[in-house]
Amino acid sequence: MIVDVLRSSIPDIAKMLRGKKISCRELTNVFLKRIKDSTKLNAFITVMEKESVSRSEAIDKEGIKNSDDILKGVPVSLKDIFLVEGVRNTCASKILENYVAPYDATVTKRLKDRGAVVLGKTNMDEFAMGSSNENSFFGPVLNPWDNKKVAGGSSGGSAVAVSAGLSQISFGTDTGGSVRLPASYNGILALRPTYGRVSRYGMVAFSSSLDQAGPMARNVDDLAIAYDAVSGVDHKDSTTSKKGPSNVYEHLIKNMAGKEKTFSRCIGIPRHLIEKGVDPEVASSMDEVIAALKKLGFKFKDIELPHAKYALDVYYIISPAEASSNLSRFDGVRYGYRSKGYKDLDGLYKSSRREGFGDEVKRRIMLGTFVLSAGYYDAYFAKAARVRTLIKQDFEKAYEGCDVILLPTAPTTAFKIGEKTDDPLTMYLNDIFTIPANLASLPSLAFPSGQNKAGMPIGMQLTGRHFDEETLFSVAWMLQKERPEWFNRVSVK
Amino acid sequence: MKYETVIGLEIHAQLSTRSKMFCTCATSFGEKPNLNICPVCSGHPGVLPTLNKLAVEYAVKTALALNCKVNHKSVFARKNYFYPDLPKGYQISQYDEPLAVNGWVEIVLSDGSKKKIGVTRVHMEEDAGKNIHNDKTSLVDLNRAGVPLVEIVSEPDLRTPEEASQYFKKLKTILEYIEVCDCNMEEGNLRCDANISLREQGAKKMGTKVEIKNLNSFRFLEKALSYEVQHQEKALSTGEKIIQETKLFDTTSNTTKSMRQKEGSDDYRYFPEPDLIPLLVVDALIKKNKELLPELPDAKRERFISQYGLSFYDGDILTSYKDLADYYEELCKLVKDPKLCSNWMQTEVLRSLNENKIEIKDFSLTPPMLSELLVMLKGGVINQSTAKDVFNEMLSTKKSAKTIVDKKGLSQIQDEGAIEKIVDEVLAGAEGQVKQYKEGKTNVMGFIVGQVMKKSNGKANPSIVNKILKKKLGEGSDL
Repeated sequence: MIVDVLRSSIPDIAKMLRGKKISCRELTNVFLKRIKDSTKLNAFITVMEKESVSRSEAIDKEGIKNSDDILKGVPVSLKDIFLVEGVRNTCASKILENYVAPYDATVTKRLKDRGAVVLGKTNMDEFAMGSSNENSFFGPVLNPWDNKKVAGGSSGGSAVAVSAGLSQISFGTDTGGSVRLPASYNGILALRPTYGRVSRYGMVAFSSSLDQAGPMARNVDDLAIAYDAVSGVDHKDSTTSKKGPSNVYEHLIKNMAGKEKTFSRCIGIPRHLIEKGVDPEVASSMDEVIAALKKLGFKFKDIELPHAKYALDVYYIISPAEASSNLSRFDGVRYGYRSKGYKDLDGLYKSSRREGFGDEVKRRIMLGTFVLSAGYYDAYFAKAARVRTLIKQDFEKAYEGCDVILLPTAPTTAFKIGEKTDDPLTMYLNDIFTIPANLASLPSLAFPSGQNKAGMPIGMQLTGRHFDEETLFSVAWMLQKERPEWFNRVSVK
Repeated sequence: MKYETVIGLEIHAQLSTRSKMFCTCATSFGEKPNLNICPVCSGHPGVLPTLNKLAVEYAVKTALALNCKVNHKSVFARKNYFYPDLPKGYQISQYDEPLAVNGWVEIVLSDGSKKKIGVTRVHMEEDAGKNIHNDKTSLVDLNRAGVPLVEIVSEPDLRTPEEASQYFKKLKTILEYIEVCDCNMEEGNLRCDANISLREQGAKKMGTKVEIKNLNSFRFLEKALSYEVQHQEKALSTGEKIIQETKLFDTTSNTTKSMRQKEGSDDYRYFPEPDLIPLLVVDALIKKNKELLPELPDAKRERFISQYGLSFYDGDILTSYKDLADYYEELCKLVKDPKLCSNWMQTEVLRSLNENKIEIKDFSLTPPMLSELLVMLKGGVINQSTAKDVFNEMLSTKKSAKTIVDKKGLSQIQDEGAIEKIVDEVLAGAEGQVKQYKEGKTNVMGFIVGQVMKKSNGKANPSIVNKILKKKLGEGSDL
């Protein structure tokens, strides 16, 4: 039974639940037990055992009808950045160690409304700042394929939860690659939707103009169902687009299944970005993906993104600037950690923040405060905002000649824990391929493309036009048909 | 050395919406601390602001009433600083792209001359909460956090404390007219910061400015500025340097005291608020709010002067509040004697309002009620002094003028025959005085009139009495 569940997709599970092959309570228990057995991976910060059990019992009591939502009774997990009312929300920070959320995030609410069972809150880099998930107050997340290696960040807990079968799907956030990078390190899929496609309400803000919530899953079907469940306009978030919920899963079932051959698109390759610094095994995996896509009838075109080389610099100005302001509210006054040793107001602020935030968060707050300061604003923040516009224009121009852009998700596979912690600049390079999509507010889907000789997963990403998630899913769907061995892999022996 | 004073005001007006600027919490004043709060306005993690549409309309209306150009696109910005009453660690305001710019307000100086004061900009922002300090602890009340404000920044066009106060008063009048702000200064929903500097007469360059914060009455504004003018004059004439600083007005000593000194300007690290899209104000919204604007105080005053034949002074007073002006106009319509109505409004009505510290909208006598009294006065049914007595009785008993007059038999004797009879009786008993009068001592007339009034219990119509007496005692009389 366990193996059955682990290799199943959401549609399979939905069938099992409806056919009473398994109750929601039993299903929930399978995952809860796996979470318990895998505590050394450190994927969860808070396991909502009591809540999920009582929720699954309530669902069993209610019964699941054929007409019910496909997500009803499906166990999911959330990065510890999405507020769940009544449950503590730490953002992997000491400063929020005991903070209990007073309301549901929109993502949380939409999942609950569809009947999903929330199993718990997953580990992450503190305030989503990091690429390896080593910046957590609760300790690093271990890669289930090799426990000496990092899980990737910042949504490392979510990636591991999905990869190791600790929850069916999970939701992370992607500010500079934070769902795609750990997905790639763990052999699963992740979508960073177009900016404005998923509400940010109730998702603790890191960099407001870049943050997007994104689903993580082991197969294309689950990823589509997860995305459809949370996307669409939200009046609580003024930056959401006016579009309603997406309908990607239905599109795949109706328009793609069996008709794959009629689907043809042009794929752009920015060769100039991957000439240097890409691990040979990653590069050959990319060639394999290209070969598979060629076989499926896709056309290829070399494209240029001339300003993409500035993406990392722009990102490390804009995101810390916004973060320095977003994290000002953690001041020890109203909630969260308050230092005991202070004499006056200034001391209250300083010691609470000094003791409450970790090093990387402090580094970025200082960086952000600096680039916004009088006299530096124009040289840094304003200039970065202009370069960001140029990067957007690069993509617009590129999409005149192609429909989708293919790149590796990361230059390498997962590295050793501790390997890069002393060198923030090398660490920042992990995000070099993911960041451009964030700066240009574009959708980007990361998918697994096999593994290297050591057995570590490799991942690629498809980046599309604004609001064209459908094409990304369609391409991934076809690859899943063509190379099923890359998908649905569970990191359990 | 002669100095010129240069003053500019920044006025914060709370927009009278029922809910806050970025959440649905109530804006009601005087509630228990932290009653009107939610995760959004108390700065919990993950919350996002959603803009209150009515607040935007009120701000647009304000900008239009101040003759501003409303920008089709304006941008919200974060003003970053740490303070316990500021829950997010930043205030959502507008910075380099405000809602509206380039307006003006006309004020009237004490010599009757008019002066246009430039309005640099009008922008929207949220209010902060309130810190309450006890002996050992400090508490924070966030009821006011997130309440919508407009900030109205004047050009440095004001030259005297009196001008500043006139400008502030005028803004208050306008904001009340357009009904976007309650303008209750005691509750703090209309506040003023003043920037003041002195420069040598004729100099182009501005002197070093001092900012005086939170002046919440016209009197304090004038006093604080007057003190500051004297203080700076003295300092400058002794060669002392003025330091750029922020001050507070101490109402007990009537002096300004330093709050903090500024090195250059504060660094608020403004940047565009990424949680809100730019505010687009379309022409239709501007047009709609232009049409919603009532007749503004200046226009109303000019109309009162020409339509009702009032003096500038009378027109100014009667249009100082919209409700007062409306009351006056309704009264005029019923009484059809603008001068009489104006006099009564400015004496009896305003006196009663001041004594009872109420506003015209809470005045117990409606225009129809007061008009009944004034029509009787105008028609000679009662005389001026009776009318005042009846007015006071109306206030205390809430009875109608007619009821009081009838019940007490206060109406004047209008019947000439009846009055002549009384006159004859009086004259018969006052032969001596009649003789004196005829000998040229016309001042005894007062005594005779007094006797007639006394005999009629004060009810004889004085003008008829005079007419009859003149006839009987006047030259050519054969009495």
